[in-house]
Amino acid sequence: MLLTTISEIPLVQKVHQLEKQIGNTPLIPIRNVFWKKDVQLLVKLEWQQLGASVKTRPAFNIIKSAIGRGLLHQGIRLLDATSGNTGIAYAHISAVLGIPLTIVLPENASKERKRILKALGVELIYTSKFGGTDEAQEKAQDLATKYPDLYYYADQYSNPANWQAHQLTTAPEIWEQTQQKITHFVAGLGTTGTFVGTSKGLKAFNPNIQSIALQPGTALHGLEGWKHLETAKVPAIYDTTLADQHLEISTLEAYNYVKQIAKKEGLLVSPSAAANLAGAIKVAKQLDKGTVVTLFPDDASKYGEVLQQLF
Amino acid sequence: MAQIIIPTPLRKFTNNQAKIDSNKNTVQAAIEDLAKQYPNFQKHLLDEAGQIHPFIKIFVGEDDILDLDKEQTTLENNTIVSIIPAIAGGSYNYYNLLK
Ligand SMILES: Cc1ncc(COP(=O)(O)O)c(C=O)c1O
Repeated sequence: MLLTTISEIPLVQKVHQLEKQIGNTPLIPIRNVFWKKDVQLLVKLEWQQLGASVKTRPAFNIIKSAIGRGLLHQGIRLLDATSGNTGIAYAHISAVLGIPLTIVLPENASKERKRILKALGVELIYTSKFGGTDEAQEKAQDLATKYPDLYYYADQYSNPANWQAHQLTTAPEIWEQTQQKITHFVAGLGTTGTFVGTSKGLKAFNPNIQSIALQPGTALHGLEGWKHLETAKVPAIYDTTLADQHLEISTLEAYNYVKQIAKKEGLLVSPSAAANLAGAIKVAKQLDKGTVVTLFPDDASKYGEVLQQLF
Repeated sequence: MAQIIIPTPLRKFTNNQAKIDSNKNTVQAAIEDLAKQYPNFQKHLLDEAGQIHPFIKIFVGEDDILDLDKEQTTLENNTIVSIIPAIAGGSYNYYNLLK
């Protein structure tokens, strides 16, 4: 038996300590961009947690469950393909836990993101800009198959711990913060974890809650984090039985809301956050009475190139 | 003859063709022609005004058309035109959005 020093706090205990910094984000009313008597529009500010995005919830749960099953520890590299928030979330968490991290991403990922990942000590492997995130996923899968002792491949698109994070945390938070009054939940589809897990969790509290799934209107779009399911690989975790309604949001609509949310609500949000609000407003307009809830997955701080064009 | 490379997610609109020959001599004309040949592809390439969607990134050879003559970049024989899916909160082509 090895003697442990203070710095060698057991991994499980570190995970437990970190849990306090995940989720528990504020739910705030939107009153200026949209207002209708008897209809409440509420959004969760998901950047107000460790890692500054909604993806900290699934990243933490994926890591926690892999550690719990003995698949991940300080002697193996966490591996996934992501050019966005999930990579950044893994990076914050694995830095604290002392788990080495490898991220596969297309070479045309933004400089801002590469810089954040490098600063947090992540090993980056680039794939061609012509192959998009699908090629990055294939590369990660290849590495995991070739070197099973070196990597734990998290695979957020197929890992049930992704959506379960939202069932366990996002859904009960919304239920309590609305004092059980939520009638409609609206969210865009990326890995689909947010929509699937939160919808499942909320419908377990009250099966009458309606879930509205949002997608970009076109195959190529500017809504980072979202997928056009008709042309993209449909994530294995997607559950087609959950959506009561589907709506399409265009990039242009979302960008207009980025501007309005900044000017009227005092919040600088990401394109996908604005797109979520665009969807929620479409839903709210159809109602005479109700409580509509959506999320702002992150703020605008990682979208310098978008802001430069809009303002 | 220039060659347009279609990214995997969009091959659905081109009957799974990965490469399409074009005898047009500008990027704009080649993309318009592509939209005409494959009508289901149109709304994914062009906006209502017939402009190439601002969030599509197009490369001619190794260069972003934004660094060349934008949509009016000329195509020569054997030029490779690549349509690149934009990703990750950057690298988009927003130059004429919301104007
Ligand atoms: C900015 C942003 N918006 C939306 C999403 C979509 O969330 P989900 O993957 O849970 O469907 C993501 C994550 O991929 C994201 O990073």
